[in-house]
Amino acid sequence: MPKLTVDGVEVEVPAGATVLQAIEATGKEVPRFCYHDRLSIAGNCRMCLVEIKPGPPKPAASCAMPAGENMEVFTSSPMVEHARKGVMEMLLINHPLDCPICDQGGECDLQDQAMSYGGGASRYEEMKRAVPDKYMGPLVKTIMTRCIHCTRCVRFVDEVAGVPTIGALGRGGATEISTLEAGINSELSGNIIDLCPVGALTSRPYEFVARPWELSKTESVDVMDAVGSNIRVDARGPEVLRVLPRLNEDVNEEWISDKTRFAIDGLKRQRLDAPYVRGADGRLKATSWTAALNVVAEKLKATAPEKIAVIAGDQVDAEAMFAAKVLFENLGVQNIDCRQDGMKIAPGTPRGGYILNEGLSGVEKADRLLLIGSDPRREAAVFGARIRKRWLEGDFKVGVVGEIGDQTYPTELVSLENAAEFLQGASRPMVIVGAGALARADGASVLAYARSLATVTDEWVGFGVLHTAASRVAGLDLSFLPGPEGQDVAGILAGVKAGGIETVFLLGADEINFESLKDAFVIYQGAVGDDGAGAADVVLPGAAFTEKDGTYINTEGRAQRASRAVFPPGDAREDWTILRALSEVLGSKLPFDDLTSLRAQMIEKVPVLGAIDEQMPGAWGDFGEKGPVGDEPMHSAVANFYMTCPISRASPTMARCVQEFMNSSNQEKAHA
Amino acid sequence: MLDIKDRIFTNLYGEEPWDLAAAKKRGDWDGTKELIAKGREWIVEEMKSSGMRGRGGAGFPTGLKWSFMPKEDDGKPRYLVVNADEGEPGTCKDRDIIRNDPHKLVEGCLLAGVGLGATAGYIYIRGEFHNEANILDAAIQEAYDAGLLGKNACGSGYDYDLYLHRGAGAYICGEETALIESLEGKKGQPRLKPPFPAMAGLYGRPTTVNNVETIAAAPTVLRRGAAWFSSFGRENNAGTKLFCISGHVNTPCNVEETMGISLKELIERHAGGVRGGWDNLLAVIPGGSSTPVLPKHICDTAIMDFDGLREHQSGLGTAAVIVMDKSTDIVKAFARLSYFYMHESCGQCTPCREGFGWVYRVMQRMVTGDARIEEIDMLQQVTKEIEGHTICAHGDGGSWPIQGMIRHFRPELERRIEERLAAARAA
Repeated sequence: MPKLTVDGVEVEVPAGATVLQAIEATGKEVPRFCYHDRLSIAGNCRMCLVEIKPGPPKPAASCAMPAGENMEVFTSSPMVEHARKGVMEMLLINHPLDCPICDQGGECDLQDQAMSYGGGASRYEEMKRAVPDKYMGPLVKTIMTRCIHCTRCVRFVDEVAGVPTIGALGRGGATEISTLEAGINSELSGNIIDLCPVGALTSRPYEFVARPWELSKTESVDVMDAVGSNIRVDARGPEVLRVLPRLNEDVNEEWISDKTRFAIDGLKRQRLDAPYVRGADGRLKATSWTAALNVVAEKLKATAPEKIAVIAGDQVDAEAMFAAKVLFENLGVQNIDCRQDGMKIAPGTPRGGYILNEGLSGVEKADRLLLIGSDPRREAAVFGARIRKRWLEGDFKVGVVGEIGDQTYPTELVSLENAAEFLQGASRPMVIVGAGALARADGASVLAYARSLATVTDEWVGFGVLHTAASRVAGLDLSFLPGPEGQDVAGILAGVKAGGIETVFLLGADEINFESLKDAFVIYQGAVGDDGAGAADVVLPGAAFTEKDGTYINTEGRAQRASRAVFPPGDAREDWTILRALSEVLGSKLPFDDLTSLRAQMIEKVPVLGAIDEQMPGAWGDFGEKGPVGDEPMHSAVANFYMTCPISRASPTMARCVQEFMNSSNQEKAHA
Repeated sequence: MLDIKDRIFTNLYGEEPWDLAAAKKRGDWDGTKELIAKGREWIVEEMKSSGMRGRGGAGFPTGLKWSFMPKEDDGKPRYLVVNADEGEPGTCKDRDIIRNDPHKLVEGCLLAGVGLGATAGYIYIRGEFHNEANILDAAIQEAYDAGLLGKNACGSGYDYDLYLHRGAGAYICGEETALIESLEGKKGQPRLKPPFPAMAGLYGRPTTVNNVETIAAAPTVLRRGAAWFSSFGRENNAGTKLFCISGHVNTPCNVEETMGISLKELIERHAGGVRGGWDNLLAVIPGGSSTPVLPKHICDTAIMDFDGLREHQSGLGTAAVIVMDKSTDIVKAFARLSYFYMHESCGQCTPCREGFGWVYRVMQRMVTGDARIEEIDMLQQVTKEIEGHTICAHGDGGSWPIQGMIRHFRPELERRIEERLAAARAA
């Protein structure tokens, strides 16, 4: 614990801390461009120079200098001011100063620091350097003349993303950051836009769209995967314009996946903005809420409860699921399911059997990891980066059961039979079962087998399920599952074919086999016109995740609240209000009139939904079903990272990513 | 003048063959086993008391540097790295050592390796030195064949391997940590210090990087004794040194002399004097292009050692004496040097990457006088913004020549600007 003084203020910092961290501990600001908490130290921008005594008579880079006992640090001595001013002048001489047409304008480190630490005017009268722009794929736009060579992007793709596709070519003033004209084939590439301290790397879909001061900023939670990344939704008027990460050390650190960041342009396409009823001609016709709700109510009243089924989708908020569950249970419906992929987590499974018990950050404490049919890189990209972070620390092995895609760390192929052997000798082994493995016909056996492999002690629950659906854990917690005589999704679909089930209510469910629903009367409630709406007889337009206040529980069992950033388009309404209105028409009024009382009742039933932002541990017990596991290889639940939900399927940006990164002939063309 | 019997580099001019047999006749590899037997501590102490300062430019005391290597042996490798990436403009001493006397270097690598407790040595040779690399390669092979290197080197019981690595022609790879990066197969960019190479160098292991001349002189220093070596030169500037005299002299040459010889004597005695006589001298860059230039009136009395040149705000550097007579366009010469420093910047640090481009562009205008008087001060300030603000010393090395030029030749810069102004007014 070295003790040192910063401008005369004494401060004690942990051993191994840098001078920069010591200065920050005293509340002082250190200007910097290349330094970033989560990346390795480059020390090349030279903006954080400070004077240190004892030492040579020149300033030292505080970001790279270990804090030492009895050091005297000066952050605003004449030597430091001279150095900073000089560095700032050097940074600006070849910077285009095209702030008026730069997307970074208003949130640019260079702008801010030039105001705080720069000289008033330029003494540079020579020609400025110009650098050809580089192609980095459909997500990242480059204006390389603005680049100040901090190498944050290079270090990010090397270290965090694990896809070393960016590098610095050339040397001296001719140094250029480049990908050799290939897109950055990483699920996390958008983060380099946030990391870039200038406008060299900006968001391509957001290019020339808005200025930061025009935006209303709403703190929310992402639903594109089950990580529950903390996000900030920036909107102007009715439009969501961009999504940025929010810091949460336990969940997403400060990264988000490209789907989280860029799929939001899907929110403007294919939206369901009015209720629709299928007419006699077989076409969906826009109608009024009253008419649509009457049609639904009549149909539900006319159908016996055992012939009604309800399926909740992957991005439904807990409030809507709670309202739907209460409504349909009041009607006597038992065919209720939130596992549209057919995941074999049976009703009654203890919570420890379907969450990532040690949390997303728990993997950093593990010393061995077994992935069973799970592809973290594509199913939960941010979590994949965390596994890589653990791997970089060393002394960590990852085993993989099944045919999953390449990861950003070395993996070892393990068969289920050898899995126990693989885990042997580890003091904190972690077993993670993927949604893909649990959706198989023998999913319950896989679950039981995985449970038998897991090491569970008082301090360590080395078992977890990596979900892909944002609504899944809340659905399981709410027991949005078949009643004692109810059918699961497979049973419902079979029932439709056999005639046992006549009416199916889809709450944002789009990932089922709609071919088998042909004979049923389908009511679809959701935000985006995807397969579900296409197959529906009545469409009730709901709100997307940016348009409502909702609670989600992520894969580690942490309840988080999303907030409304904009209003739903047209006649679309928040989902629980639709169900509340329907209940009134049905004559079976739901016992809540506002979100507060709904939440109070929901939390009373399921207390974990009230523990906002806390990872609630799950009970451990017996689960799964002992039985043989088939020989067919396990696959990930996510075949195409860029398109996993109605929003991302509607997104033109995601479509361009598929074209760029999933189409192999296209990749070859780009290289040719 | 250094007596011929006191020269270390006895075959500097290649009058005899370079090979092992000839080298042995000249006294190389004589009693190496006994020197090794005296042990690590003795070698380091002897180098310390010899007063030898590093010959690569910075002049850090060699024995002291060697003593920084961790004392306790953890059984893992540690390295000696020899910097043969001789790139400082004006310098050509290491090249002649390798070309004509490679066994001095090879033997030095072994003895220095013992002194450092190193398990292996790497010689990083400049890629342009093609023939020299071939010779050194052959010399190393000869030493292996004769049992002088490898397992049980010289029969001493010490295991030591020596490798030759060719660079690819970047000046910055002569910076010790950039050299280590390059040796590891990465882009040659200097590392942040601390940690210093003695703690974490090549492949993260303790490493000492030394210049060719330092290492090649070490066996003779150890054989003839520290007292012999320190009997030459002045206090704190001991020993003999290779001087590379180039430029406007009648017979440019490399020559070994005692430290502290006067600049005038060095040039007149060994290089045949300045072209057109001493009075035709304009200026001398005394220690390779990074060291500030000295105008004639300082050259008259300058003493060629570390402290003697520091008195005149210059430095001994690599002792590469670049002589310029009055026919020299001094501004153009320094514009060319500023181009070199711009071109060889690795591009990591902002001040060096951006600053030297700026300096070069202004210098180009200074050549023709297409500038304003106040830009001379601005130029000086820009170099002050680069100097000391970078990871490695390239920022300093590129700034000093410009600062030296402005210090001593400001009237010349002003004259050009005023003449151009006058011409413009007349037109």
